[in-house]
Amino acid sequence: MHDTAISLIELGAVFFGLGLLGRLAWRIGISPIPLYLLGGLAFGSGGLIPLHGIDEFASLAGEIGVILLLLLLGLEYSANELVTGMRRAWLAGLLDLVLNALPGAAVALLLGWGPVGAIAMAGVTYISSSGIIAKVLGDLGRLGNRETPVVLSILVFEDLAMAVYLPILTALLAGATLMGGLTAVGVSLIVITIVLVIALKFGRYVSMLVDSPEPEVFLLRVLGAALLVAGIASQLQVSAAVGAFLLGIAISGSTAENATKLLEPLRDLFAAMFFVVFGLNTNPTTIPPVLGWAVALAFVTTLTKVATGWFAARQQGIGRMGRARAGAALVARGEFSIVIAGLAVAAGAVEDELAALATAYVLLMAVLGPVAARVVEPVARSLQRKLQPRTA
Amino acid sequence: MWWRVTVNGVNVEVTPLPGLGTRQDFLSRGGRRIGVITYRDGRMEMIVSKQDDTDSCVASIPLTVEESATLATLLGAPQLVTMLEEQNKDVSGITTRQLPLAPGSPYDGRTLGDTALRTRTAVSVVAVVRGGTAHPSPRPDFRLSGGDMLVTVGTADGLGKAVEVLETG
Repeated sequence: MHDTAISLIELGAVFFGLGLLGRLAWRIGISPIPLYLLGGLAFGSGGLIPLHGIDEFASLAGEIGVILLLLLLGLEYSANELVTGMRRAWLAGLLDLVLNALPGAAVALLLGWGPVGAIAMAGVTYISSSGIIAKVLGDLGRLGNRETPVVLSILVFEDLAMAVYLPILTALLAGATLMGGLTAVGVSLIVITIVLVIALKFGRYVSMLVDSPEPEVFLLRVLGAALLVAGIASQLQVSAAVGAFLLGIAISGSTAENATKLLEPLRDLFAAMFFVVFGLNTNPTTIPPVLGWAVALAFVTTLTKVATGWFAARQQGIGRMGRARAGAALVARGEFSIVIAGLAVAAGAVEDELAALATAYVLLMAVLGPVAARVVEPVARSLQRKLQPRTA
Repeated sequence: MWWRVTVNGVNVEVTPLPGLGTRQDFLSRGGRRIGVITYRDGRMEMIVSKQDDTDSCVASIPLTVEESATLATLLGAPQLVTMLEEQNKDVSGITTRQLPLAPGSPYDGRTLGDTALRTRTAVSVVAVVRGGTAHPSPRPDFRLSGGDMLVTVGTADGLGKAVEVLETG
């Protein structure tokens, strides 16, 4: 009984503390993710205050957080949007993949983390944070801008890339050989194609399985289905997150919209726990040695995302200022970089420093992204004046 | 991904916003992009682009369903008036005007017949515009409601009186 009381107090303090951090974050115009991570770092091993008694609950909650993050990522775009998005944005999408995955992979190889570490770090630096970006674009009133569909179509492409990347990563983390890795690529491409076909042709049957006019029943069914699929996927050595993600893609239409609305608060709650747990499991003393690399990666991958956005927007005939805005909007990295690092560390197939580097990197990028989106216009304008002194 | 539709001779661009909804906009003669974002959940936002950088917006204004209907009414009624004026321009002394029925007017919620406009002012109501749609040739049992725009034809004198009737009963 006494133990329960202490656990409740600790859990309450954690949630309340996260609430305060979240409020502070949005007030100063950044994403709360870096603050959650810092909160986790402060509590965990080697941190200021060790937390006992709730670690089991916290780690399960963190797992559910990952599942919900990816389920909602899958729900975000309809299968139709994914297919048209891929058709229209494939060139910019490939450029995005090459420019932003390479720096992460290169640093991992330089640090001697081997090919698996390189693939994991490539994912960490590649994937933009669609959550942060959507929020920032909305806050800055840029949803009506002409470059915004360009930004969104790149995010759609990244979404699809994740569907192929995550199964490959989990196969490699499970210790697959090169041949096994190639099989994983083949299998994941087939699976994603099957899921897309199911979503396009029979999406309403999948939706019917979970849909219900009663919000309560609907919530239980969606959440139940997600955890079931995730658990089964996990049993089959595909990551739980991948299963939830594919389920999200298969659910379509109004069911997907309603599910998103219902699950968003749950996701925010459990995802916050996930970031805290990730921070908890990262020893803060491992961060300083990799901080230099994190700063270097942050610098390079900010430039590469700006270049991606610039290129994609120019292809659509958008002016210079719009191109700069599209580039800056894409800079933010966040939840999915941490999800990838979390998968890698949980599998135990990579060095612990990877968690430290990913943490430091996301801490920088989740702050830098919204700031870049905000300051891009004045910066671009003053650059323009400096470059063209005669017309000024 | 985007396509064009022509509405009243204006090219409207329709652009899907993956995960959000759709944007429909057109370039005005003054060089600004004006349009609407329709979100998946039915919310609407009116957008107006900047003058110097038409890629970005100077304002995006969230509108409720009622507000967008009202805006459509305000913008849609004059168009009808212009059309009627065009038809009536040969008849001297006849003017077409749109008269608003303010919410809280004595006739808010009552029928057109109750106003007895024809008898009292010799003005005809040729259409009532509500929520962006015109209801042509309304019958005397047509129930008016606040925010309606009455498209009327009459003499200048009669129209002046009609304004008073609608305001004060």
